[in-house]
Amino acid sequence: MKMIAKEELSLKERMARMRVVEGSYAVAHAVKCCSPDVISAYPITPQTHIVEHLSQFVADGELDSEFLTVDSEFSAMSSLVGASAAGARCYSSTTSQGLALMWEVLYNAAGMRLPIVMTVANRALSAPLNIWNDHQDSVGARDSGWIQLYAEDVQEAADAIPQAYKIAEDPEIRTPVMVCMDGFILTHVYEPVELLSVEEVERFLPPYRPEHILDPENPKTFGAFADPSYFTELRYMQWDAHRRALNKIETVAREFAEEFGRWYGGLIDTYRADDAEVMIVTMGSVIGTIKDCIDVMRSEGMKVGLVKIRSYRPFPTEALRKALKDAEVVAVIEKDVTVGNEGALLTDLKAALYNTPTRIPVIGFPAGLGGRDITVRDIRRVVDRAIAARDRGIEAEMEFLSLREDLL
Amino acid sequence: MKEIRFHGRGGQGAVTAAEMIAIAAFEDGRFSQAFPAFGVERRGAPVLAFARIDDKPIRMRSQVYEPDYVIVQDVTLLDVVNVTGGLKPDGKIIINTDRDASALKLNTEAEVVTIDATRIAIDALGRPIVNTTMLGAFCGATGEVKLESLEKSILARFSGSLGEKNIQAIRTAYERVAR
Repeated sequence: MKMIAKEELSLKERMARMRVVEGSYAVAHAVKCCSPDVISAYPITPQTHIVEHLSQFVADGELDSEFLTVDSEFSAMSSLVGASAAGARCYSSTTSQGLALMWEVLYNAAGMRLPIVMTVANRALSAPLNIWNDHQDSVGARDSGWIQLYAEDVQEAADAIPQAYKIAEDPEIRTPVMVCMDGFILTHVYEPVELLSVEEVERFLPPYRPEHILDPENPKTFGAFADPSYFTELRYMQWDAHRRALNKIETVAREFAEEFGRWYGGLIDTYRADDAEVMIVTMGSVIGTIKDCIDVMRSEGMKVGLVKIRSYRPFPTEALRKALKDAEVVAVIEKDVTVGNEGALLTDLKAALYNTPTRIPVIGFPAGLGGRDITVRDIRRVVDRAIAARDRGIEAEMEFLSLREDLL
Repeated sequence: MKEIRFHGRGGQGAVTAAEMIAIAAFEDGRFSQAFPAFGVERRGAPVLAFARIDDKPIRMRSQVYEPDYVIVQDVTLLDVVNVTGGLKPDGKIIINTDRDASALKLNTEAEVVTIDATRIAIDALGRPIVNTTMLGAFCGATGEVKLESLEKSILARFSGSLGEKNIQAIRTAYERVAR
């Protein structure tokens, strides 16, 4: 199979195609290769470098896009709703307070079934003001109707852009996609990346040819008033598109692997999970640290494995049920907390397992909030807690990781 | 895997130095990673940056707590930051100062290398910007990256006469500490 052949490219061959670049540059470069017609964004830390690079590409004539400099994130997404409805391939990027300011337009973009792609450089939400990474911003937007993919490293954050367009623009899906990458940790890191080219992306991503567009010659309306006799069906159709996206995300990931030889998982990915007794479930850049920890723990005889959530919305219920059915205990590490309940992913995961024969302890750990570093020691603590929960029963369903009791 | 921690002050180019090490190490055929400690970088405030070098792809994303090497761009940081914190006993710390290593009385078993990078930078660049000079010293003291790879990464960043002046600073520092 072609995919396997490309996966067997030696490390040396792959290195020959790599360059050490900043994460934000790699993402901007991937966006450039998708040739968006319209980019609209407002700069905000730690997203700024992404849109600065795109602005530079446009100014230098390397990218033929309309780059809108707008007065706010609300205007950024609003302008893209108009442009997308007129048939343009659209891109934006934001984070944190910027995403919060887009809130009502996020729902409009999804409800109008506009295939906008946006990078969220994940960052905490105020107050108190904090510019550092966690997932509270995009997890808060999980019900907006956008598909959400989370990247483990820079290469994945960049490669997810053409994949996102292919998913979003599919006539069966027609749903906007957020590509979530950890702010600073991935946006500001320099590491080796294989950069795409326009020609390569064109082989993978067909041109955007929407069936319905705003056109003065053929007037239509988008997102208009729907009274109670129609509204439920429109919500159902959105929900149903996400259900179809479960397959589409897998298919597109495979197509990407066949073309480029790089595979990040479809809806989920697993690491050393086959005989794992303790399974860690998480998403984002902490996965790399966890993989290194798992290798060490495995060498000590501990049967620990990982499930990486790549698609958080649509939620990969079936894939998770399958991946976790033989585990003895599950520990969720997530960079958010639902104040008044528990971690959002913890709730989602427990719900996924509830109507199944799998009866295992599931415990959760909000971690890395507001940029708190997640260390090797933290991961070991999670695994120790999970083993204790398995052997002696659950003591606490949820525990804030590395909580500084002295500050409370 | 080798881990490097850079101590500097905002505006001294510690983050750029980490990036250039990563680019040079990759040029040598190794994998690398460089990232800042994500502070709110005001000019003059203590800043941290990190780099990792390995023969296989690097997945670890936590900050560096037990560095193999520490680079201190500004000796006044010794009074305000624990620059030797976590430094491996068989590691090295390279400090920009005109004083001898023994005079600094650092609390570490690691080898202490000192170099008057400020003087070298002023002579070569006409300005006390020491980040590239310290990379030359790092290269000479540790051999973790090849001098020619470092020079290549510098020239990719600084063009024309500025690039040449930086190369001169790097070579001077390299020769002063290399054995």
